[in-house]
Amino acid sequence: MKNLKKILGQIGLMGITILLFGSCNSTEKEKIIDPAKIQVRGTMDAELTSPPFVPAPIGDRSAKKLIVKLEILEIEGEISNGVKYNYWTFGGSVPGSFIRTRVGDEVEFTLSNHPDNKLPHNIDLHAVTGPGGGAESSFVAPGHQKTFSFKTLNPGLYVYHCATAPVGMHIANGMYGLILVEPEGGLPKVDKEYYIMQGDFYTKGENGDPGLQPFDMKKAVEEDADYVVFNGKVGALTGENAITANVGETVRLYIGNGGPNLTSSFHVIGEIFDNVHIEGGSLINKNVQTTLIPAGGAVIVDFKVEVPGTFILVDHAIFRAFNKGALGMLKVSGEENKQLYSGVKQEGIYLPEGGTIQTMPNNTAAKPEVKLNKTLAEKMESGKQIYMKTCFACHQATGEGIANAFPPLAKSDYLNADVKRAIGIVLNGKTGEITVNGKNYNSIMTRQTLTDDEIADVLTYVYNSWDNNKTNVTPAMVTEVKNSK
Amino acid sequence: MKTVFRLTIFLSLFFGTTANCQSKMVSIKGGKYIPLYGRESLQVKISDFYMDVYPVTNQEFLQFVIKNPKWRKSMAKNIFADKNYLVRWKSDTALNSTQSLKAPITNVSWFVAKEYCECQGKRLPTIDEWEYVAMANENIPDARKLKNYNEFILGWYEKPKTFNNEIGSTFKNYWGVYDLHGLVWEWTSDFNSVLISGESRNDVDKDSNLFCGSAALNATDLMNYAAFMRYAFRGSINANYAIKNLGFRCVKDKKG
Repeated sequence: MKNLKKILGQIGLMGITILLFGSCNSTEKEKIIDPAKIQVRGTMDAELTSPPFVPAPIGDRSAKKLIVKLEILEIEGEISNGVKYNYWTFGGSVPGSFIRTRVGDEVEFTLSNHPDNKLPHNIDLHAVTGPGGGAESSFVAPGHQKTFSFKTLNPGLYVYHCATAPVGMHIANGMYGLILVEPEGGLPKVDKEYYIMQGDFYTKGENGDPGLQPFDMKKAVEEDADYVVFNGKVGALTGENAITANVGETVRLYIGNGGPNLTSSFHVIGEIFDNVHIEGGSLINKNVQTTLIPAGGAVIVDFKVEVPGTFILVDHAIFRAFNKGALGMLKVSGEENKQLYSGVKQEGIYLPEGGTIQTMPNNTAAKPEVKLNKTLAEKMESGKQIYMKTCFACHQATGEGIANAFPPLAKSDYLNADVKRAIGIVLNGKTGEITVNGKNYNSIMTRQTLTDDEIADVLTYVYNSWDNNKTNVTPAMVTEVKNSK
Repeated sequence: MKTVFRLTIFLSLFFGTTANCQSKMVSIKGGKYIPLYGRESLQVKISDFYMDVYPVTNQEFLQFVIKNPKWRKSMAKNIFADKNYLVRWKSDTALNSTQSLKAPITNVSWFVAKEYCECQGKRLPTIDEWEYVAMANENIPDARKLKNYNEFILGWYEKPKTFNNEIGSTFKNYWGVYDLHGLVWEWTSDFNSVLISGESRNDVDKDSNLFCGSAALNATDLMNYAAFMRYAFRGSINANYAIKNLGFRCVKDKKG
């Protein structure tokens, strides 16, 4: 016994020595504190928040008995413009309420199932050490509630989700969220913290088909997602809903992936993560461009924002971002820092291949252009070909554009209002914010290297398609706009 | 004048009897089948029986509690019916104005459902009986493999607030029975046997029923998904639960 004490004392001394001399003390410390034996002092109600917000950091508070009350609601919401979906939720939002605890807390968890709900539900918290992660103890019928408790033993960021059969369907309908277990003393302080969770959705109709869209089991089994989104819907983090920060601040993101199927390649365009808690655990990687988040997993990233602008959050499996909705925005405001990022310094044309080949005047190609009196049908045909080569990638086959990224050309008020402006944009490109059909777009269209005749044809095609105002654009009009500059 | 009077008596007698007691039943021809949630070797045999055409309505249940004061909501014992028992009723013997007389009775416990049926010389159906009749669509007795049949069922699971729709508002199935799918969940006599004994599905233990295992195992088709929902629901309830989306109907054995 005495010997043991001595040894312990020595270990303690060594610990202190290491503390004084270096940074390898953490493992030593963890060995000494058994989280299962952390005493709780007092009781408090947990603060729960809807995405993209998180509750206040735990700081240096002691471990407590933490009361968490979560209500399950089956509600109709909008997954995309004009597309309704019946979500099953923890706390009324997708993802569900964010729960913030510290290691050693005794969480008393009450799960209530609203009486209007049709189905029984439960919760499996990955932060729980115990059978089913609480699922067995929380299985609750509509109009009832169940209480169980658990002690948080491992620090980290954990997913919780419903685990009632059929599990896949419950998750696919939005039943997931995050629970954070902070280490003793809390995570290092940062300026801004946000909560984001990716999920894939499977609907009877295709992406964009309007009306109430039921869940499609077949597509879910085939992992053929119609929507891949952050925070439950297309646009939950764009435009007015963008998350924000100021230049010089450090931003921490708690990002989860509810799945049910897809793994996320999470990336913020124009930023590098300074620190990444890999898979939400204790291992920290530095200077990461894209981090992988498995379905049913999470990650904590932080980075200092150095320059102002809009930074796009994406699943870098990039078609999910631009075609299925996995796109968010971080708007950073403050002073520009030209040393860190110059912006455009010089602009020129360089197009050795691809795109539309630039034609120089005075060659034979000029001859067909002389054909001044093309019929509308001829113009439409040539215009369509040019459109599919040059415009289609962004504005899409039927001019519908891509929500929040590229404005629509179909039935476009902006387009129909001013033909000269439209010609000017094709000639010179367009950067910055515009409003099209009531929606703001802030993106970049490069100048197009087309001849006047080609511009006339492609614009005539656009104006005479998709409910636009049927303007017939002539090469002369294009030349006029060009020369007016 | 006399005829009118006589007619009134006749009518009130007629309606009195239908409302009071014997709701319409149809004959179900028994047979063997594999339950939705089963496997090849576990065929279940069903004997001939009669089943109520409709779930029990608010009106019918109202008559019942008038006659049986111990089942009024102020009298019912908590161990037989929880706090949600008839929770939306205005009083012991009156519905709320938003509740339709012809909507199915819900917020009732298993105990009261059982007694209601027994009072009429009937009983609650077993899970196997209920599932047997419920595999039918409009035209065939076992439509479980049809896509649109399963889509209809799954669609209902996502439709909110169907408990206030009137009986007969869904389809009439092959046997002439209405509303097995699309209106409310229904009590069965052995609803909790599924999880507790596992008797009908020895291959699936209690745990995998609740967690991911079962879904991953063999749930790749719609048919099982529809069944999972019902079994999960049954597994989540206790006999004294009174739930807004849960009603019942009765069956009767065929004699001889």
